[in-house]
This record gives sequence, structure tokens and C-alpha cells, in this order.
Amino acid sequence: MSLASIPVPHKSAALAAAMAVTVAFGILAFTLSAKAKPDTDEARYLNPREMVLSPDGRRLYVMCEASDEVRVVDTTSGKVLQVVSAGHIPRGISLSPDGQQLFVANSWDDTVSVIDTTSLKVVQTLPTGFEPNSVIADREGRTLYVANRLSSDISVIDLQSGQETKRLLAGRGASYLALSPDGKRLYCTHVYPQAGLHRTPPESEITVIDTERQRVIERKQLHNVAGVFHIAFSSDGKLGVAPQLRPKNLVPLAHVEHGWAFGDSLAIFGDDVGGIVQVPIDELERYFAMPFSAVITPDKTKLYVSSSGSEAVTVIDIPKMLSYVQATSGSVANDLSASANYVVARIPVGRNPKGLLLSADGQRLYVANRLDDSISVIDTRNDVVVSSIDLGGKQDMTSLRRGERIFYTARFAFQGQFSCANCHIDATFDGLQWDLEPDGFGVDIVDNRSIEDLSGTEPFKWNGGNPNMATECGPRTEKYFYRSQSYNSAELADLVTYVMALPLRPNRYRLPAGELTPAQERGKAIFERKANKFGKAIPESNQCAYCHSGLKYTNQKLADVGTGKKTDRSPLLDVPQLTNVAYSGPYLHDGSARSMEEIWTIFNPKDTHGFTNDLTKDELNDLIEYLRTL
Amino acid sequence: MKRALALSLFALIAIAAFAATPDMPRFRFENYTTANGLPDNHVFTVLVDGDRVWAGTENGLALYEGGKWKVVTPADGLAHRAVLSLALDKSTGDLWVGTMAGLSHISAGRIDTYTQLNSGLSNDVVYGVGVQGDYVWTATAAGASRLNTHTGEWSLFNERNAPMGEIWAYAVSTGSDKVYYAVWGGGVLEYTMATGRWKDYTDPDGENELVLFKDQGLIHKITTSVSYVDNVLWVATYFGDSHYDGRNWHNFLVKDSGLPSNFTNQVKGLDATRAWFCTDKGLAYYDGVNWAVYRPALDTGRPEMYVRDAAGTITSIAVETAPAHNYILAVDFQGDDIWVATAKGLSHGIRQK
Repeated sequence: MSLASIPVPHKSAALAAAMAVTVAFGILAFTLSAKAKPDTDEARYLNPREMVLSPDGRRLYVMCEASDEVRVVDTTSGKVLQVVSAGHIPRGISLSPDGQQLFVANSWDDTVSVIDTTSLKVVQTLPTGFEPNSVIADREGRTLYVANRLSSDISVIDLQSGQETKRLLAGRGASYLALSPDGKRLYCTHVYPQAGLHRTPPESEITVIDTERQRVIERKQLHNVAGVFHIAFSSDGKLGVAPQLRPKNLVPLAHVEHGWAFGDSLAIFGDDVGGIVQVPIDELERYFAMPFSAVITPDKTKLYVSSSGSEAVTVIDIPKMLSYVQATSGSVANDLSASANYVVARIPVGRNPKGLLLSADGQRLYVANRLDDSISVIDTRNDVVVSSIDLGGKQDMTSLRRGERIFYTARFAFQGQFSCANCHIDATFDGLQWDLEPDGFGVDIVDNRSIEDLSGTEPFKWNGGNPNMATECGPRTEKYFYRSQSYNSAELADLVTYVMALPLRPNRYRLPAGELTPAQERGKAIFERKANKFGKAIPESNQCAYCHSGLKYTNQKLADVGTGKKTDRSPLLDVPQLTNVAYSGPYLHDGSARSMEEIWTIFNPKDTHGFTNDLTKDELNDLIEYLRTL
Repeated sequence: MKRALALSLFALIAIAAFAATPDMPRFRFENYTTANGLPDNHVFTVLVDGDRVWAGTENGLALYEGGKWKVVTPADGLAHRAVLSLALDKSTGDLWVGTMAGLSHISAGRIDTYTQLNSGLSNDVVYGVGVQGDYVWTATAAGASRLNTHTGEWSLFNERNAPMGEIWAYAVSTGSDKVYYAVWGGGVLEYTMATGRWKDYTDPDGENELVLFKDQGLIHKITTSVSYVDNVLWVATYFGDSHYDGRNWHNFLVKDSGLPSNFTNQVKGLDATRAWFCTDKGLAYYDGVNWAVYRPALDTGRPEMYVRDAAGTITSIAVETAPAHNYILAVDFQGDDIWVATAKGLSHGIRQK
């Protein structure tokens, strides 16, 4: 399906046609201007994800996730002026209040790079929690806040000393921060739902911090919500908006054609709406997948939302949206007809649009097209793309790159409902349990597994039914997930290439030199033991290291470890790999164990899932400490 | 005429006595029970957080704020209705709650609960809890646990890796350099952060009934409470109390101090010389020299305060209010005011002078 076929509600055909012409012209103009590239390594794709603008609006700082850098763009010429190296896999960028420093959150380094905007050099590197994803300074420029996705907390760093002064408890997968316009409150959203009771609707929160006291003062509850992304505020501070995902993981996904798997929606809050209200941005028969970033024009007339799976930016008329919300009671997120009341346009942009940025006057909207290595520039007066900035990434198209684009687009799914990345957020997981197959309600519930470093972990699926990734992603995806004509063979090959190349994230529980702590050493001995504490031999099948063997800690076979449920068609389950197992809770095939401890304290009464009932509590803790290093 | 004379004489004696009596703090006690908002009269512990007061009762955690009580129960996610211990993370404002069935973490209204089944917590009965930077220490019925809140790592300390003859850890007090545990029947354990090593302090005479070596060590090994403040350790036991400055011990018994009872549930040091003692026969304050006791009189139940000076002279002070009950379990401070947990209600001691 071409982008031009995306419905544009409430837009005249003439305007749509003009938009298409302008887009084409704009892309051509800036493609030409960007040919003169700076002296950089052109062998890499860039994956621009987030942007900030210098106070005078002349420089656009573009954070590039794949190339570990910030590209400095002249907003007048559209040319890349300079490239500044940051840490590994940067995910967040912000500017100090005086514009003198850039802060970049390096998600795989667990650091923030401080870049001097005059010299464009990294002048300081600050340690953070696990997997920093977003960074922002307070209004005074004294304190830096960092949202840490894996440690699910917020680092509070004193900028004068460079020391972390405290950690604030956030929700699971803390990822995006936003300051209220008056600077008094900091808001944090989360890409994973809280660990709740098994098979209950997901719950998320917006964590609210008082920046003067540096304390969490409120947790706004988001019901039936799994992933939440950027937050935007109106300039008067009375309206907050957060794009979010509402999964329908409690009913069989086979019913995609009868409803939807994900609701792409917004949480809106603030004085304009009272409490939290959830509204959809999807339409009855067309979806705008994975809403990511949001910005509000200074005059509070329009809201822009990037639909990162749908190659589009959604335009919402704010007065209409508020009128609609005030005329209805409560959330209407499940009424997909509602969006017709306030969505006024869909602007086609590049692939995987992520970060949005408005110029100070609100007339220019910048869109980071992550998988095109480009920035779309939209004139907000008529909502058309007027130019495109080529950031100068690798030009050759590889199978890996094509596969990455397929992974993140929803265009293959029925009505464009979702992409691989819906469940595998940023190529990880979603913390949810799904009812995937057309086998009836509540049968074969499966926990969503991590997809890092998969080579050598075949077969796939919890029942081991897919011998390779091509089977996993091929007809099965077409039939059970997307419910539409899916990939051709070349596309499938590209997707498999990409998925199988996904690297393993750094393990935070190993000491820097790789050695083990005393507790981890003791745990390793338990993991590898062949006799119980009374000297009696443990049957091979009950030894941890028998099933969880090899480089990825799986023997790639099926096993009955006694954790099957009555609703499972077979007790035989794929032995999962244990690499980075610490990150991917809940556990067991159906996610019924909310923590690693529960695998053995609750779900292993007969020692069928490893011989563990002779262990003391501290020995079980040791075992878990070791598992966290794998 | 006789009556007037007697009254004048009494007034003179009172004035004389008053003039010689140490100036100890006086309070007007306002008492809270189920009659005015408390969920249960049996109050195990109390904690002050600025203008807010948390009370751990046998039937829920109560928060007093803005003149009203709000109650947190298992229906809200609390680990158990019986709340035994409380600790405030002063850095974040988060509250850690030890209960009869797990440890709850309350942060801006959200409650996360750790149990021996879903986490590395050593035991669900959490008698004591303390916050020390990134760590949360707990005293449980099966030894000590330490949670690293940054990494999620649990470290357990018990008879296998600490000098813990008994594992019934009853209370914990944290400082930046050391952590102290009161172990019921096991004396006091000291953990030094710099070395990661444990040291035990027990009753040097080893006698459960006698004190043969007074001021030569811990008064008794059946310890109930520790309070580490200004590099000084205060210890409560069921058989008297102790003060240890790192070099010298000083013990307190009814017979040679102002303690109303040797049976002490909690001690809380204000600094290196001053402390409050929660006993089964009233609340006692020690200013380093003199003692004051606050309670309903043991015989009549009428409000009572008396002061014992350094010479052992006891002077009764006329008061109109007293803590809700003699059986005192815990105390905390709110400026010059005190909050007192008793077996039959929570008391707010409003400082008068």
C-alpha cells in the first residue's frame, strides 16, 4: 500500500494533491542539497530518533541511534555541519536551559554524554542507571534527570558535581521524560506495563516528580495500557498528551479481523480535561500504529503525533478533541469512530517516524524518519511536507536494512494494525502474555520472549513448533498475526536476516572484568551441580545445566518441567535461552511467575523444573544472582 | 483556716520541689484510638514524616495528615494488615513497611510488596526495617536481609554467614558507616560497611537472670531494639538497656536509673547522650543526667509524670494528660513534639515547655 492511499479525513482532495506535489518537490530539493556530505563515516546507517533545536533555531541537533552520534544540521541550508560522537545506542537528547550543553542518554553504556554546543565536544560523561533512555535538566540547569529503562527508575544527578544524588522509583521500562512548561513538574512514561497479576489487564503509570523537592508526588494510573511514549504539554500547561498502546492481549489474536490487537491512542490529562482520558487515533478500518512522539503548537490549536509504524504524522484539532472529550464521559479509546471528530489530517512522511520537534514559532515541524536517515520538514500552516533533510547515512541498501524496515512497519498487517515492533518494542519484548493461536479463548497462553541474539536458540515458539526464523516469521505470521497477504520470499529473507542479527544487550550484572561475585560463584555451583546437598545424584534431566546448556543456555529441545497448565495443549515446552534472562520477566512459558524467585518458590513443588527444594533461601538467592549474569 | 494553711504549705513545698527539679520536657497528650479514626488500638510502630504521621497498627497502616486519618490495608496492596515496622527514605520520601507477611514499599501511593516467595526476602515476618542510601535492611524472623534498590540484589545474613546464634532479628538501625541489629536472644550484631564484616556483642556474664558485670558489655542478650545515632549505640532489652560509645558500655536498670521498667520494647536515641525508652510501664526520657517518665499511673490510671534527678530524687509533676497506655511500643519525634505508639492507642505529645 502506498503512502498516498492513506485516508486524509476532513481534507479536501485539492489540498491532498497539493501536499503530494509539495512533498515530492521538497524531497527532491533537499536530497540534492544534502549530497555534499560532511567528512564522516558514510558506511553506517544512522537511525535518527530524537532532535532538539538550538535556542536561535539555526541548528538542529539530531541524535542518531545506530551511528552513536549527534548530527548538527543547519536549519536554513539543510546541510549537516558537524558530527559529534556520543556513547553506544543513544536514545535521548535534550538541551540545557541556556543552550550551552547537550545531554545525550547512551542506553547501552549507562551514561549521559555532556556536549558543549560551542566546541561540539563531549566534555563530561555521567554514569546513570541501567539503560538510560531519556535525559532532561531542570529549569535552573542544576539537576539532570535520567529515565532508566532497565532499572525502571530515574537518576537524579547534580550537574555541578556530576554525582548521582538519588534514584526515584519509576514504573517498569521508564523511558521518556518531559518538563511541565513552568518547570515545576517532571513527567515520566514507561514502555512496559507494571508487573501485575497473571492474565489481568495491563496497567501503566505516568510518574510525576516535584522538581523542587526532587520527589515522586503522584502516579497517574493508565488502565489497559502497556506502552507509553513521549509527553507533550500545551504552553499554558493545562493540557498534557502521551501517545500510548492499548493491547488486547487477553483475547485471541486470531480475532484481529474482528477487532484489533492494539489500540493506538492518547492519554490526555491536565486542567483542560480533569483526570486522565484516553482517546483513539485509529480509524474504524485503518490504524496508525505505534504512536511515539507528540508536540502541540504554541497557540494550542493543533497536536501532531508520529505514527512510527505507519509512516505518517497524525494531525489533531485540539479544540475539537477537547470539545469531544467534554461532550462524552470518560475514556473512549475503544471507540475507533471517535477519531473522526478530531483527527484532521494524516501527513505521509518517511519510514519509522519517531521524534517530532516544533520550531519556536510553531511554523516548522521536524520529523525524524528513523529508517530513512532523513528529517521531514512540515509547514504547519498547511500541514504539508515542504522539504526533507538527508542526514547523510549509508546509501546502499542491505538485506539487514530492508529487514529492519519490515520489522518496524505495520503495512503488512490487516488494516495496518501493527508491526513486529508493537510486541517487540525497540526490538525487545512487551512484558505481556498473549493468546496467539486460533485455538479458542484462553488456550496456550504465551509470554512474549526476548529476541536478542537468537542464533543457536532454535527452534522457536514455546512449543518448539518452528524450526527456524523463516517459519516463525513467514506463513505463521501471515496467517495468525497479520491476517493478510504478508511478505514475499525476498522480504521474509530480509526480515529473518534482521531479526537473527539483533545483538545481545550488555549484561549489567557482571563485574567489569567478567568475574563473578561470591554470591554469583555460589549460584554457578548450584546451577552446575550434579548432586543434591545430601550427596544424592540429581537425575540429569533435573540438573539446571543439562537443559540450559551451551552458549545460550538452551539444549534446544522440548522438556516437561511441570509448569504446563490445564489450558496448555501439551506440557512439553521449548527450553528457553537464558541470556539476559534478568530483563525479560515475567517468567515461565505463560508468564505466570512474576519474578525469578516464583519459578521455584511457587511453580516447582516437585522438583520437576530443576532440583531446588533442598536449597535454603540464601542459596536460591545465589542461584538467581548467577542467572542474572548470563 | 487550717485548710488555707495546709494549702499554703503544700504550695511552698511544691515551689521548693519544683525549683530543684530538673526542667524536663512536658507534654499535653492527645490520644487517638478507633474512636477517632485509628484502624486499631494496638499500635506497633509510629513514624513521623514532616507534617505526616504513619502509625503501624494490628489492622492496617494509618496515615495522619491534615487532621484526618487515612488507612492503607491489604486491599490496597499492603503485604499484611499487621504493620510491625516502618522506615522512611528521607531522600525520596518513600516508605518501607515491615509486616507480618512481607515488606511493602510505598512510593507516591504505589505499593510494591516483597515476600519470601516473590523476592529474595529472607522471611515474611519483618520486625524491623531501615534505609541506608541505596540499601534497605530488614530484620526478619529468619535473619537479616539487604536489598540493593539499584540492582535488585538481595543479600541474606544468618547463622551461615554472620555470628547469629539466633536468627530472630528483631530490629535494625542504620548509619552511613554501620548497621546494627537487635537479635532476640543473640545480642547485638554490628555490620561495618567499609569491611563488610560482622561483629557480635553479647551479655559478657552470659547470665539470663543476673547482671554480674555491669557496664562491661551489653546488659542482656534478649535484645529488642537498637538505635545508632551520633556514632553511639543505644540498645533495649527485656532486662534493661545499654549505651555504647564504641569504647565504653553503660547500662541502665530500674534499680539505678529512672527507667520505669527493665522490659523495654524500643529505645530511640536523640543524640549521643539523650534517648527515649518505651517500656511496659511507661515512656521514659533520659537527658544524659535526669529522667522523666510519662504514663497513666499504674494503680489509678490517672495521668502521671515524674522526674528523677542525678541524685535519685523523684519528683512528681502534676499533669492532666498521659499517653494512651502504659505499654509503650514505639516513639518518634516531630520537632519538639513526640508521637507514641501504645498497646491501646496512639498518642501525640504536644510540647508545653
